[in-house]
Amino acid sequence: MTVTDTAASTVAQGIADRPPRSPAQDAWRALRHTRSAIVGATILAFMILIAVTAPIIAPYPPNQPLIGKEDVKKREAPCIHLLGCPADRPQHIMGTDGNVRDFFSRVLYGARVSLMVGFTTVGFAIIIGATLGALAGFLGGWPDNIIMRLMDVLLAFPALLLAIAIVTVLGEGLINALLAIGIVSIPAYARVTRASVLTVKEWDFVLADRAVGVPPMRILSRSILPHTLTPLIVQGTLGIATAILDAAALSFLGLGAQPPMAEWGSMLGAERNQVFTAPHLVFFPGLAIMLTVLSFNLLGDGLRDALDPRLRR
Amino acid sequence: MLRFISQRILAAAPVLLGILFVTFALARLLPGDPCRAMLGEKATAQICDAFNVRYGLNKPITTQFGIYLKDVARGDLGQSFRYGRPVTQLIVERLPVTVELSLAALIFATAVGILAGLWSAYRRNSIVDVATMVIANIGVSMPVFWLGLMLAYLFALTLKDTPFQLPPSGRNSPGLIVPTIQEAWRLDLQPGPLNSVLSFISNMHLFSSLLTLNLPVFWDTFRHMILPAVALGTIPLSIIARMTRSSLLDVLSLDYVRTARAKGLSEPRVVLRHGMRNALIPIVTIIGLSLGSLLGGAVLTETIFNLAGVGRILFDAIQARDYAIVQGFTLIIAAAYVVINLFVDLLYAFLDPRVRLG
Repeated sequence: MTVTDTAASTVAQGIADRPPRSPAQDAWRALRHTRSAIVGATILAFMILIAVTAPIIAPYPPNQPLIGKEDVKKREAPCIHLLGCPADRPQHIMGTDGNVRDFFSRVLYGARVSLMVGFTTVGFAIIIGATLGALAGFLGGWPDNIIMRLMDVLLAFPALLLAIAIVTVLGEGLINALLAIGIVSIPAYARVTRASVLTVKEWDFVLADRAVGVPPMRILSRSILPHTLTPLIVQGTLGIATAILDAAALSFLGLGAQPPMAEWGSMLGAERNQVFTAPHLVFFPGLAIMLTVLSFNLLGDGLRDALDPRLRR
Repeated sequence: MLRFISQRILAAAPVLLGILFVTFALARLLPGDPCRAMLGEKATAQICDAFNVRYGLNKPITTQFGIYLKDVARGDLGQSFRYGRPVTQLIVERLPVTVELSLAALIFATAVGILAGLWSAYRRNSIVDVATMVIANIGVSMPVFWLGLMLAYLFALTLKDTPFQLPPSGRNSPGLIVPTIQEAWRLDLQPGPLNSVLSFISNMHLFSSLLTLNLPVFWDTFRHMILPAVALGTIPLSIIARMTRSSLLDVLSLDYVRTARAKGLSEPRVVLRHGMRNALIPIVTIIGLSLGSLLGGAVLTETIFNLAGVGRILFDAIQARDYAIVQGFTLIIAAAYVVINLFVDLLYAFLDPRVRLG
């Protein structure tokens, strides 16, 4: 045996000894190398950090008017001491709003509402949508036809218009807005899950399950559904971005979060007529919405690339 | 192909029926009594009874649905409680504003989106590509209402007294008279379908002023349209740019493109003639689907830019519980959405034989 042969066999042995990587580990490795996912995850981590630590880092309570407590007027421009604002003036990084509240504190607290909105609505839509889609795909026949035609009807309305109509029926308020956005998001998840179930149910291991007499619902929940998670995770991440945008739009129109709740859409809606006199009150909440939505969009795109082996480079 | 078309049209029929049911149910589920919402303190029990009889609200709900279906089939979408006028008349007045805005936004989004995506794919991994995709990602994440307000601030205030100043609201400058097509062409028409069609087109100021060669009105409307169209079109633009890039990159890696290059064809010819034609298939789908989201986004854009379109009237009608308007406008929008999707499906089949043969 030559030296080269020995080295080659050592390398081969090393590879053979290494435990095989699971698909999740593969995906994680791919995700770490996707630039957009890293940027998205970083912005999202920053937003989550802000949401969690808002009570610590916010200089003022979000709903407290400062009138009579400090020498500030309503809709004052941002004052940052480091950037040359006189030291005798109270510091308000993003100025004050129409009710003389510290706008920076309100923007920080707004992160809590927006993230909660995103996760709750998408969670709700995934639970209902995935269940309906899985049943439609697995059962086929008339249940499939009824469920999917219902989804088609829901999809036939522009999402925001339908959400507006639903909120009107249910009444204004954040919870009803969440429910409305959740309802209009259901068809997307039902379709994705149904498509995956239709593919997976023809795979050999599912046929084997059937052959040995495993109960159908057990096959669906144990063998099929775990394989539909990948597209759902991607769709869900991108769906959170849309949900945050729609919730902000509803609040902007006065149908979602109600005053004095610090919610970016309603903060923007309340001050929209002041855009020419106090543009900072419109700029900062909008920027916050954009950054949060951007983080989910980038992460969703990265996840899609990482979780779909066909897209991996 | 004919079989495919008839299959798709048949599949759309139950969806349309479902839409009719949902719009009917939604309007009936609105909380509060329409009589009290309309008449306020004047609404006594006697007046409300008469009101319910007049609008058929005293009949069983199934009968009301039957009457509704029959009326819709005859093109009668009911009478608005609030305006005391037929809903079809209000649609002729308001829908053109939204259609014109959505089309302007779509043209802007498609033209700029395809060019940006094409350029990005052509210069893959260059600074231009990275910058375009970063901007596209930011564009798709921007709330329409925020972008609208920021554009208004930038172009109406910051760039005031420069050649780039643009009006921040309204369809036309105050005092500008926009003649209808009937007036411009001196047509004396009786009320009827032709008159309604001409009124509909007249309310699309950009298009009608072009038809009647009224350049001052065209220029004024065009300047007013820029900001709303850009605000509304930015999200679809970003989506179209991203889709064009990825679709073109997929196609450019195929064997037949390599063959085209091997034959010695110039690079622009390979990309535009051979690549772009096949890359267009998913782009067409995205453009069609964007039109639906544009109709939704138009509500917000109309609110910000003070445009009297469908979004505004629908929003006001929901507040006032004006059943007929809510029903009529939601029905028209949803039906338009279904027809657009059907059209996109057919176009898709026309462009890609695998769809109709599969």
